[in-house]
Amino acid sequence: MKEVFFFKDDTNVSNEVSVWFKAARVDDFPVNGGACVKYKDKQVAVFNFQRKGKWYACQNLCPHKMEMVLSRGMIGDESGIPKVACPMHKKTFSLESGKNLNGDLDAIVTYPVKIENNIVYIGFSE
Amino acid sequence: MVGYKFCEKFVAKEVKEKYRLVVFGEESRPAYDRVHLSEFFESRNAPALELAPVNWYDDHGVELIVGERVVDIDRDLKMVTTARHKSFSYDYLVLATGSTPFVPPIKGVEKKGVFVYRTIEDLEDMLDYAEELKKKNPHPKAAVMGGGLLGLEAGKAVMDMGLEPHIVEFASKLMPRQLDLRSSNILKLKLESMGIHIHLSKATNQVLGDDYISGLDFGEDDVLEVDMLIVSAGIRPRDELGKCCGLEMGVRGGIEVDHAMRTSDPSIYAIGEVALYQKMIYGLVAPGYEMADVAVNQIMGNSEVVMSEDIDMSTKLKLIGVDVASFGEPYMPASKGLSIIFENKTKGLYKRINVSHDGKTLLGGILVGDVVDYNILHQMYLNGMPLPENAEELILGARGEGGSVFGSVMDLPDTAQICSCESVSKRAICNSLIENQAIDLKGVVRCTKATTGCGGCKPMVVDLVNETLKKLGKEVKDSICEHFEFTRQELYSILKIRGIQTFDEAIDSCGRGDGCEICKPVVASIFASLYNDTANKEAVIQDSNDRFLANIQRNGTYSVVPRIPGGEITPERLMVIGAVGKKYNLYTKITGGQRIDLFGAQLHQLPGIWKELIDAGFESGHAYGKSLRTVKSCVGSTWCRYGMDESVSFAIELENRYKGLRSPHKIKGGVSGCIRECAEARGKDFGVIAVEGGWNLYVCGNGGATPKHAVLLAEQIDNATCLKYLDRFLMYYIRTAAPLMRTATWLEKLEGGIEQLKRIVINDSLGLGDELEREMQGLVEAYQCEWKQAIESEEMTKRFKHFVNSEETDENIVFVPMREQKMPQPW
Ligand code: SRM
Ligand SMILES: Cc1cc2nc3c(=O)[nH]c(=O)nc-3n(C[C@H](O)[C@H](O)[C@H](O)COP(=O)(O)OP(=O)(O)OC[C@H]3O[C@@H](n4cnc5c(N)ncnc54)[C@H](O)[C@@H]3O)c2cc1C
Ligand code: SF4
Ligand code: FES
Repeated sequence: MKEVFFFKDDTNVSNEVSVWFKAARVDDFPVNGGACVKYKDKQVAVFNFQRKGKWYACQNLCPHKMEMVLSRGMIGDESGIPKVACPMHKKTFSLESGKNLNGDLDAIVTYPVKIENNIVYIGFSE
Repeated sequence: MVGYKFCEKFVAKEVKEKYRLVVFGEESRPAYDRVHLSEFFESRNAPALELAPVNWYDDHGVELIVGERVVDIDRDLKMVTTARHKSFSYDYLVLATGSTPFVPPIKGVEKKGVFVYRTIEDLEDMLDYAEELKKKNPHPKAAVMGGGLLGLEAGKAVMDMGLEPHIVEFASKLMPRQLDLRSSNILKLKLESMGIHIHLSKATNQVLGDDYISGLDFGEDDVLEVDMLIVSAGIRPRDELGKCCGLEMGVRGGIEVDHAMRTSDPSIYAIGEVALYQKMIYGLVAPGYEMADVAVNQIMGNSEVVMSEDIDMSTKLKLIGVDVASFGEPYMPASKGLSIIFENKTKGLYKRINVSHDGKTLLGGILVGDVVDYNILHQMYLNGMPLPENAEELILGARGEGGSVFGSVMDLPDTAQICSCESVSKRAICNSLIENQAIDLKGVVRCTKATTGCGGCKPMVVDLVNETLKKLGKEVKDSICEHFEFTRQELYSILKIRGIQTFDEAIDSCGRGDGCEICKPVVASIFASLYNDTANKEAVIQDSNDRFLANIQRNGTYSVVPRIPGGEITPERLMVIGAVGKKYNLYTKITGGQRIDLFGAQLHQLPGIWKELIDAGFESGHAYGKSLRTVKSCVGSTWCRYGMDESVSFAIELENRYKGLRSPHKIKGGVSGCIRECAEARGKDFGVIAVEGGWNLYVCGNGGATPKHAVLLAEQIDNATCLKYLDRFLMYYIRTAAPLMRTATWLEKLEGGIEQLKRIVINDSLGLGDELEREMQGLVEAYQCEWKQAIESEEMTKRFKHFVNSEETDENIVFVPMREQKMPQPW
C-alpha cells in the first residue's frame, strides 16, 4: 500500500487541519488529471499528479471569470512547479502556492491531501 | 520628441556626470509620441503615449520642468526666462521647440469647430466636439484640409470618431510630395472604398457658418457642408525664441543650423522641426533623432559627429488597410533616369521604381496596394546596392520558378540603417547577438531599441535576428515548449519511428518534466494523426474541449453539435434534434458551418443527450476538435439551374471520408456547384468548385481572423483525382505543420509556396505520394465515432460527472432568458 502524506507551508494553504474529509476512492480520479469534490458548500478540485507521485487540491473556482471549472483543467509543470491550466482561457496556477503563474490574478486556495487505504482525504481547517 | 531623444542620448554618455541637464516643456505632460498620436482615439490613454514616465527623468538625473514655457533668451548673460518670470542660466542651450500646424489665413478659420492635429489636447477637444455634434445630428460630417500624410491620418481618425470624412486637397493629387498622379488615383479609389470622400483641386475661399462652422466655400457656388474641420496644411517651425534673440533665421522661418546643429550663436543648438538644415525643415522623426545625436556629441566635444548630407525622406503611410510607401525620389523627370511602372487598377496595385540611366542604381519609387517589399527596396536605395539585370523583377518578381530576386537580408552592408527612427544599423543588430548582449529578438529590441519607433522595420529585424542566430549555429527553433526541444514535425517523426503510444512514454523518452497544457494536446494530436485513436484513449492529455468531447461555454456548460454532412438533413432527423433540444431545454442555433448547435448542456447531461442522438443515427460533429469540421455545400446540379455537378453528393462524400481526422488545426472544406460559389469553398482549407470538364481544387484558404482565399491546386479533375490530391495534401499538412497552424499560414511558410505544393501533390516530386495516400486510407478506416465509444463504456462515461463524491449537480450555473430561449448569465 502506497501512502502519501504531506503538508505544504505556503501562505495560501490552511495549515491547521481540523477535519480530514473523506472524499472518494483513489480510483475515482483520473490518473494525471482532476475531478471535483463537494465538501459542504465548497467545490474542491483534486488532482492525482501521478508523474510526481503527489496529490493536490485547490478551489474549483477560477478567479478569472469566477467559473467552477478548474477541476476540468489540464495539469503539468512550469520549471518544475506543478500547475493547473483553467479550461476556459488557460490561466495557470501553481498547485503548491496557488499563485497565478501567467498573470496577476489573485492566488487560489490550495488544500492538503492525504491518501490512506486507497481513500483520498482533503484537509480543511473548519 | 526630439528633445526627449536628446535627453536619452545624453544620459547614455559616460561624461554626463559633468553636466546638469534642465528640460523645459510648455505642455503639461512629459514628452510623448506624436507619431502614434492617432492611437489616442482608441485608447484615450495619454500616459501610454509617453516616451518615458516622469520618474525616468528623475532616475537619470534630468531635471524636467513641465508646463513652463520659455519666453526669452538673453544671449549676453546666457539666461533664459520663462512665462512665470523664472530665470535660469546656461552654458549650452538646445532649442527643440518643434513646430505648429500651419493654418492658412482663410476667412472664418477662427470659427468654433475648426481644429488642428498636433497635441493630445487637440485630440481631446476634437473628441468632445464630435460627441456634442453626434447628440444633435445623427450623421455629422467633418472635413480635413490637406491630403498629405497627416491629413489622411486625420481623415481616418474622424471616420473612427463616427463622422463622415471628407478630405479637401488643393493639389490635383493626394500626398503630393510622395506620389505621382497615377498612384494618387489608385489611393483615392482605395480610400473612397473605405468611405473617405476625396475632393481634389479645391482651394478653400472661406469657412462658412455663424459662430460654428457649417461648411467650406470653394467659390463659384461650390460648397461642401461640414460640421467640423481639421486643418492639416503643413507645419511652421516654432522659431519665435530664435527671432527674439536675433539668431540667424531662414526667409520663410526656421532657425538656421550648420552640420553640427549649431545656430549662429555657438552656445545655442537647434534640433528637430524648428531647425533649418540645408535650407529645409524636416517634418519627420528620423532626421530629428539624428540631429539630437549630433547635438549631444557636439556638446560633449565629439566634434567629428556631424549631420548627414543626404536626409532620407522615405515614408510609409500608417493607415490600417491602406498600403502606401515612397522612397528616395518618388517621381522625377525622364532626364534623370528611367521609370518602371506596374499598375493593376482592378487590384488597386501600383508600383513604380526609378532607376539610373545605366540601370545600376535605384533612385526611388512608389508602392501602393502592396508594400511588402518596401523595406528591402528602401535598403537597396539607401545603400546603393546593385540591381538585378532586369530591374523590373524588383516589382514584378522573378520570372519562372519562385525564388526571390532580393536575396537575403544578410546581403545588406553592415552599415545599412535598418531602424531609421532609432538609427540602428545592421551591424548593431547582428553584433548584439554575436557579442552575447542578446540571445533572441526580445533581447535585441531591448538593447538596440530597434523597432520601438514606428515599427516599420520589424520584419527586417526579425529576419536579421533569425539569420544571425542561424549563422552562429544557434538554431532558431519553434520548439513546442519547455518540455520538448523539438518542432511538431520532428516530434511527429520521432513518435512515429519509435512507435510511441502514450504521453508518459513520449515525455520520458524524448522530453523532460511532466508536460503542460501546450505539449500534451500536441502529443495527443500527433497520436491521433498516426493511429487515429479517438480522444477517449488518453483523455487527460486532450485539450479541455476534446477531453469532454464538447465545447465549454461561458458558464462551464457545453455545446452539442451532431455531424450533418454537407448540410443535408432529413425532416425526421431535424425533428430528433428538435426533440432533444426541447427535452434538455437547450439553446438552439444554426451555425455558420451549415449545421445545428445545441448549447447549455451540463457536463452530466452530455452522455444522455448523445445517446438519444446516436440512437437516431447521428455521430459526433467534432465541433470541439482540431480536426475536420464541416464540408459546406451548395445545392448544385441536383436543384440549381446553374449547377455544373452534384456538389452536395461530393461534399457528403468528402465529409464522410475525412470526418474524425485530427490535424494541427481545424480543417474546413466546401464544394460549390459552379463558380458563383455559394458554398464559399475558396474560404476554406480545401475548396472544390465544379467547372466545365471537372472540378477545380483550391487549397489553403480560411475565414477567421486573417481571411485568405484558397489558391488553385489543380484544374478540371475528376472525383477520384480530387480525392487522391486531397489525401496527399491533407496528410502532408498534418505531417509538417506547426501546432495550431492552419493551412493558409502553413502554405505561406512552405518553401516554394504553391508551386512546390503542386510538385509534391501532383508530380509526386518527393516520391511520397503512395505513402501519404496509404496513411490517409489507414486513418479513414480507423475512424470511430468517439461519442458512441464514450457512452458505450462505463469507464469512459465516468468523466462526465460534476462531482466525484456526489450525484448533485453544479448549482452555480445560472441561465437567464434570451428571446424565446435561454443564455448563461453575463460575466
Ligand atoms: C458555433 C459557431 C458560430 C455560429 O454560431 O455559427 C462557431 C463557434 C465557435 N468558433 Fe468558429 N464557429 C462557427 C463557425 C465558424 C466559421 C464559419 C465556417 O466554418 O464557415 C469560421 C470562419 C471560417 C474559418 O474557420 O476559416 C469560424 C472561425 C473561427 C476561428 C478562427 C479560425 C482562424 O483560423 O482564424 C476560431 C478560433 C480558433 O479556432 O482558434 C473559432 C472558434 C470557435 C469556438 C470554438 C470558440 C471556442 O473555443 O469556444 C466557438 C465554439 C462555440 C461552441 O461552443 O460550440 N471559430 N468559425 C460556428 C460552428 C460551425 C460548425 O458547425 O462547426
Ligand atoms: C499626428 C501626427 C503623426 C505623425 N506621424 C509621423 C510619422 O509617421 N513619421 C514621422 O517621421 N513623423 C511623424 N510626425 C511628425 C513628428 O511627430 C515630428 O517630426 C516630431 O514630433 C518633431 O519633434 P520635435 O521635438 O521637433 O517637436 P515636438 O514633438 O512638437 O516637440 C516640441 C515641444 O516643444 C514645446 N515647446 C515649444 N516652444 C516652447 C517653449 N518656448 N518653451 C517650452 N516648450 C516649448 C512644444 O510644446 C512641444 O511639446 C507626425 C506628427 C503628427 C502630429
Ligand atoms: S466569432 Fe468569436 S464570439 Fe462568435 S462564435 Fe466565433 S469565437 Fe465565439
Ligand atoms: S475563467 Fe479561468 S481562465 Fe478565464
